[in-house]
Amino acid sequence: MTDVTTALAWLPDFIEPLLTWLPIWAQILVSSLLKIVLILVPVLLGVMYLTFAERKIIGYMQVRVGPNRVGPRGWLQPIADTLKFLTKEVILPTNANVYLFIIAPMLSLVPALAAWAVVPFLDGWVLADIDASLLYILALTSIGVYGILVAGWASNSKYAFLGAMRAGAQVVAYEIAMGFALVGVLMAAGSLNLREIVLHQSGGLFQWYWLPLFPLFVVYFISGVAETNRAPFDVAEGESEIVAGFHVEYSGIAFALFFLAEYANMILISTLTSLLFLGGWLSPFDGLDWLTELPVIGLLFGNGLHWLLIKISLFLLFFLWFRATFPRYRYDQIMRLGWKVFIPVTLVWILVMGFAMFYTPFGHWFH
Amino acid sequence: MEFQIPDFAPAYPEIFLLCMAGAVLLLDLFLGKRFRNLAYGLSIASLLATIAMIIGSSQQATTFNGMFLRDLMGDILKIAVMLFTIMVFIYSRIYQQDRHIFKGEYFVLALTAVLGMMVMISAGNMLLLYLGLELLSLSLYSLIAMRRDSLHATEAAMKYFILGALASGILLYGMSMIYVTTGTLDLAQIHAAIRTGDSANLVLSLGLVFVVVAIGFKLGAVPFHMWVPDVYQGSPTSVTLFLGSAPKLAAFAMLMRLLVGGLENMSGQWQQMLIILALFSIGFGNIVAIAQTNMKRMLAYSAISHVGFFLLGVLSATPDGYAASMFYILVYGFMTLGSFGMILLLSNKDSESDMIANFKGMFSAHPLYALVMTLLMVSMAGIPPLIGFNAKLAVINALVESRLYWVAVVAVLFSVVGAFYYLRIVKFMYFDQPGEAIRLNGGMEMHTLLTINALALILGLPWIGWLIRICNSALAQLS
Amino acid sequence: MTFEHIVFYAISLILLVSGLLVVTVKNPVKAALFLILCFVSGAALWLLLEAEFLALTLILVYVGAVMVLFLFVVMMLDINIAEMREGFVRYLPVGGVVAVLMMLEMAMILASSKTGLVERSHPVSHGADYSNTAEIGSVLYTDYVYPFEIASVLLVVAIVAAIALTMRKRPQTKKQTPSRQIATRAGDRLRMVDLKSEKKQP
Repeated sequence: MTDVTTALAWLPDFIEPLLTWLPIWAQILVSSLLKIVLILVPVLLGVMYLTFAERKIIGYMQVRVGPNRVGPRGWLQPIADTLKFLTKEVILPTNANVYLFIIAPMLSLVPALAAWAVVPFLDGWVLADIDASLLYILALTSIGVYGILVAGWASNSKYAFLGAMRAGAQVVAYEIAMGFALVGVLMAAGSLNLREIVLHQSGGLFQWYWLPLFPLFVVYFISGVAETNRAPFDVAEGESEIVAGFHVEYSGIAFALFFLAEYANMILISTLTSLLFLGGWLSPFDGLDWLTELPVIGLLFGNGLHWLLIKISLFLLFFLWFRATFPRYRYDQIMRLGWKVFIPVTLVWILVMGFAMFYTPFGHWFH
Repeated sequence: MEFQIPDFAPAYPEIFLLCMAGAVLLLDLFLGKRFRNLAYGLSIASLLATIAMIIGSSQQATTFNGMFLRDLMGDILKIAVMLFTIMVFIYSRIYQQDRHIFKGEYFVLALTAVLGMMVMISAGNMLLLYLGLELLSLSLYSLIAMRRDSLHATEAAMKYFILGALASGILLYGMSMIYVTTGTLDLAQIHAAIRTGDSANLVLSLGLVFVVVAIGFKLGAVPFHMWVPDVYQGSPTSVTLFLGSAPKLAAFAMLMRLLVGGLENMSGQWQQMLIILALFSIGFGNIVAIAQTNMKRMLAYSAISHVGFFLLGVLSATPDGYAASMFYILVYGFMTLGSFGMILLLSNKDSESDMIANFKGMFSAHPLYALVMTLLMVSMAGIPPLIGFNAKLAVINALVESRLYWVAVVAVLFSVVGAFYYLRIVKFMYFDQPGEAIRLNGGMEMHTLLTINALALILGLPWIGWLIRICNSALAQLS
Repeated sequence: MTFEHIVFYAISLILLVSGLLVVTVKNPVKAALFLILCFVSGAALWLLLEAEFLALTLILVYVGAVMVLFLFVVMMLDINIAEMREGFVRYLPVGGVVAVLMMLEMAMILASSKTGLVERSHPVSHGADYSNTAEIGSVLYTDYVYPFEIASVLLVVAIVAAIALTMRKRPQTKKQTPSRQIATRAGDRLRMVDLKSEKKQP
């Protein structure tokens, strides 16, 4: 079990003395809660402004201006949106299954947030540094599909149900490719622990796994896009065919929760891709000592949280960019891509890796 | 990490067969349309090659940490399984083609079923017994269901699947109880643990009951027989042929490995359970078979009674008894193949021809095949001088030697009852007028093999002593 | 009673109650959802036993994949619940008697002094740095490699069987071949016709 000192690690120093009067279990509880808040508040703020960024960026890509009315240059738009969601009525459809209808958004949001528990932001900056954190993430992201299925079924509506079926099948299909991509990472790093996986990539841009595991990297990120039901894999919502997919009957805050879950998942996928394939908080200049030892700028060039944030933002930009550029896939094409292209690609690459690691002199590429 | 690469050599036949199953699957996928008979020929060839490998490398060995046993009993049973499977392929070719189930998957699934049986036969660990059994059953379920347009086949597959799953559950439950008391899954270690420990252990006995019940289900012994007639009748005859013959050998191996290899010191307990199963099976099977009008159903009840008979040899709990049982099951499989082969011979594109009445007047139309069928039926009934009689005799002998006189008497009485329905078919063939013209189906190779199959039941007599001796020495190795 | 005990009993209670609800609840979708709750609680119990690999795999495989497909099927079935319940009262006496008898028999065996069950020593509790995953992996691919491979053959057979049973070519199905779709050029579909402009009638 964790002792108090490790439980308090990476909380700002002044908090620790404030808690000493509490019994030990309470200290652990309070410090864990504080850390959860410390993780979730930025995530939720990130979600809010991601929606704003999405509208702005896609706007610019399509030569529009995007929202610009609320606050200076539209900066208060997400807050206005939140307020609007909060004040709207949650409508219960007739003959809907009330309990499940209300539980569904939570089922969708909880795994999206709980997965953050094992995400390391810096060496040691992680809520729970567990051994099998990669498995934990896989397990939790695989639960997320229940929110979708239950929502679609409980709404008592054809469109919602169709959307749920589509989304469910899609998520299950791409989960496999995603899992196999992670097997490659696991083979390379020799660990299931995210922190160790990141540390294993230290040594500069070319030590990161995106290069030796390039096919897996591509498959993972694209599967991530499909997993979150984002464009061009957004047939689950397919506005033009089935209105809004599984959450068509939801309104107000219940709808906002789905929205929140989708965007939190986007950020999660981006974070994981950065951690697994782009070295997380590691700097691309890692190993170039003359650069990192420069007086002030050196700090910027060295490892740090800012690199992780930059990488996450990059992948989020990709998400938005896809949406602005690509037409939607047809449903059978999505399934074909998942089952007949991605899964074989990952399997073959795992085979190649295993072979190279043990029987060829190029094994060190993958280690 | 200290780990020694296990010795793969004893398992080469299995590995080869698995590779060939994969090859058949892939070749059929890419070449299937152009080479219609490719999967057929390749499967038979790979089975023959596997037989050659087994004969060539016959030895006594254990590998994979005692999970894989190679001994004479296993080798004989494996060879027999594969010979039976080849016969199944040859007998059913035309039947399958007529019904559009002559597909690559049929052969792949049959080969994996054979693999499952081989795994069961050489299992030294309860885990492997279970896995082999599942591999076999899963392949069989899907073979039955392969004929999608037939309601009967689908129903049979469902029944078989549900009861098979139930039996697997029971088997696992029993195995887990044995594991709880002995602390190991390895059969040799279980044997040792029971010898030194307390065999009157209640949980262990409960585990034994569950295991025996599960085996009873798989074998189709009364009172766990209800699926047998429906599945035999509903399945395409080509599949009934398969599931009625080879898997019985695997089940025998399973009984031997589990009850003799692992739980031999509890023989006092399983003997009594098997007596009940055996006598009820013989009695019920033989009596109900009399009332059947459908040939496949009749043969299903006959299978139940034969299962009872072969359990008699096992329950005598002596190496001689086991050997008699093994001989019995080998002969029985051979006779079943012939009998279902006859149904296949009569069936054609439009009709299954699986009614007993279909055999009426066979003698006037096709005297040779009337003779073939007569040999088969008389041998099944256990009338001297055919081999079937010797098989029954060996089992009864073993019973007498273990002083189970009353069991022997009851068994003989019921097999006399059983003779009635076998001989009724002979009567139909020789003394009744044919209802409609009897057309024979099937290719040249099938006709030849079927004739040989039946004639072997009488012409093989001189070699019986040799066969029994081999069975004896195989079982002597076991215990 | 330590903290672990409290957690254990709480989770076990959830497991038992949800297990009971799986069989008693009327709506099959709800039953499936309770089954999922069962699996999750089971996984939690495994975590308490320090078997994190098994726990997470249980969630990943059963909750994340198997039950999703289960739920798919159950949701799409049109089950008349009233009809399903009809036989219940009729079979209750027989079923009840069998169940009670079985329970009594089990109790008699387990309560007897001759069960032969011995208390084994507690397994050693390992520290946080002990990797259960690596341990399982090394046993699975060395000592148990044979059953492991047979199990994988079993899965292949399941796939082959499933495909063989479900895939059939129906003449009326329409499908696209993406490669052919991509290979089309405008010229295949579109014919440019030069129409002479008509002269304005005077």
